[in-house]
Amino acid sequence: MTNVVIKAKNLSVGYGDRVLLKHADFEVNKHDIFVVMGASGCGKSSLLKVLTGLIPPLDGSFDLLGVDFAKADNEQKNNLRRKTGILYQSGALFSSMTLAENIATVLTKFSPYDNATIDELVHLKLALVGLEGYENYYPSEISGGMKKRAGLARALALDPEIVYFDEPSAGLDPISSARLDDLMLEINENLKTTLVVVTHELNSIFKIANNSIYLDVTTKTITAMGNPRDILKNPPNARVEQFLTRGQKS
Amino acid sequence: MFERHNDVLSLKLAGKYQNQNLPEGLFEQITAHKTTEIVIDAEALESWDSSLLALLFKISQVAEKRHITITKKAWPAGVGELIGLASSAPVHTQVECQKTENILARIGAFGLRVYHHTLQGGSFVLQNLKIYFSAPFKNTAMRRKDFWFALENCGPKAVPIVLLISFMVGLILAFVGAVQLQMFGAEVYVASLVTIGMTRIMGAIMVGMIMAGRTGASYAATIGTMQVNEEIDALQTLGINVNEFLVLPRLKALVITLPLLTIFADFSGILGGAAVSILALNVPYSEFFKYASNAWFLKHFLVGLFHAWVYGFIISLCGCYFGVKCGRDADSVGTSTTNAVVYAIVWMIIATGIITFILQRMGI
Repeated sequence: MTNVVIKAKNLSVGYGDRVLLKHADFEVNKHDIFVVMGASGCGKSSLLKVLTGLIPPLDGSFDLLGVDFAKADNEQKNNLRRKTGILYQSGALFSSMTLAENIATVLTKFSPYDNATIDELVHLKLALVGLEGYENYYPSEISGGMKKRAGLARALALDPEIVYFDEPSAGLDPISSARLDDLMLEINENLKTTLVVVTHELNSIFKIANNSIYLDVTTKTITAMGNPRDILKNPPNARVEQFLTRGQKS
Repeated sequence: MFERHNDVLSLKLAGKYQNQNLPEGLFEQITAHKTTEIVIDAEALESWDSSLLALLFKISQVAEKRHITITKKAWPAGVGELIGLASSAPVHTQVECQKTENILARIGAFGLRVYHHTLQGGSFVLQNLKIYFSAPFKNTAMRRKDFWFALENCGPKAVPIVLLISFMVGLILAFVGAVQLQMFGAEVYVASLVTIGMTRIMGAIMVGMIMAGRTGASYAATIGTMQVNEEIDALQTLGINVNEFLVLPRLKALVITLPLLTIFADFSGILGGAAVSILALNVPYSEFFKYASNAWFLKHFLVGLFHAWVYGFIISLCGCYFGVKCGRDADSVGTSTTNAVVYAIVWMIIATGIITFILQRMGI
């Protein structure tokens, strides 16, 4: 059985005539923590939208868990979506529901469990992200970092094979950010979940990533690929080096 | 799956433990009998998912509370770590506000809430009326562009819906009147009924209702979304007067356009009445317009415009107030929008009652 969970083939991303990324070829392996990095405006979040099926690619295609996403019918697409979870920048929790309800809604709709088991699963998922006891809180009553952790608990509700993270560290203090990184490592290690992380936070990148791509905002292509530490040792061009050294070199 | 030997409960996990509900009777076994040790043997376990974690997490919590030892046998890699991770963060205990059940206290709290809302709303209205009436004499933070945009939005863009609804109201008024008037052979007086009805009150009320749902709701939603996105905080920290910047252009636009839209509504309603009289009641159009012009009095027309002018204030102030007071989540925007429309309509009806009473006392 193949080890590749996402395979992008000549993928171009953008909106109408505005191309953000062109001819991207890359693979994400099972159990990877795969980071998509690059400067602001390079199309990182747009690539994530394509991979999650929110917008179609301008050109090319990608396989998700062995299925060509473009050729999949709606039912197949929905099945694939249930095998993935997403943590949005803001957490994107449903504001009219408590944290427990946010997670239980997904489980009630898509899992075979009875109510007692769902309650226990909600309890577990919140405990895993350090929010045990916050079941009855509304998103407006908790901090930004807690919203992200609650969003992660919801993303993990259905035991997904892949979890996407859109700028997980954005707006977090260094301690919360480091805690989220640790949580991602734990989830990857213990639940064997593949993580695809869109970020430009260097601390996070070097701490969590074992594979990555660098999207170049000028050439609109992937100009570096591999473990970020290895890329830093042998940067393919000055822009990548500047990015990975926060502009300290070159 | 589980068996008991004296104080020891043994749990054997085997095969695929996936998508499993919590086992029935297990927790009763732990709590109903004296248990000193729980042995969890995962030797024969092939695969697992979160449902196993949920089970083990619950067992570990129950065991911790009752000081029961858990003996782990051949647990799969990762399970112990995840249970440890879930148990590591301190449990947050929710501090509940002391809720009083006393009926008097509840009435008192309700009264205080009403008092505070009235105070806030009253202060908002007074501040904005002061800004509105003093605006011609001083520089304000209002951008002309915003005013023209608001004017276009609640003026020309609202004309088609106002014409359509008023025409239909004129039509209905004529039909309802005709049923009674026909009994006396006085169908021709439908013209008088529709003309007086539309110009004095119905035109203004219909425009008010339409604009409360259309523009008042839009004001609340726009300003409410700005509140959610912290744009209003940004305005305040920049030292810009929110009332002058956001409320004044909308208030001015609606106060100007509502009387104008009422003129359109009056004529459209009379045309609706004419359509019924001429086409359904066989009243000659010359007769209809003769009776209609006889029933047209400037005072009725001006009373209608005065109502519309007052409604302009009510709708815009309700829309803007609930927008500015909106909470910080998506739900609040919906609540604010609903409140803006409901309160605008309620206050319009109250204002109509007051104006009608005063005008009647004045003999107008």
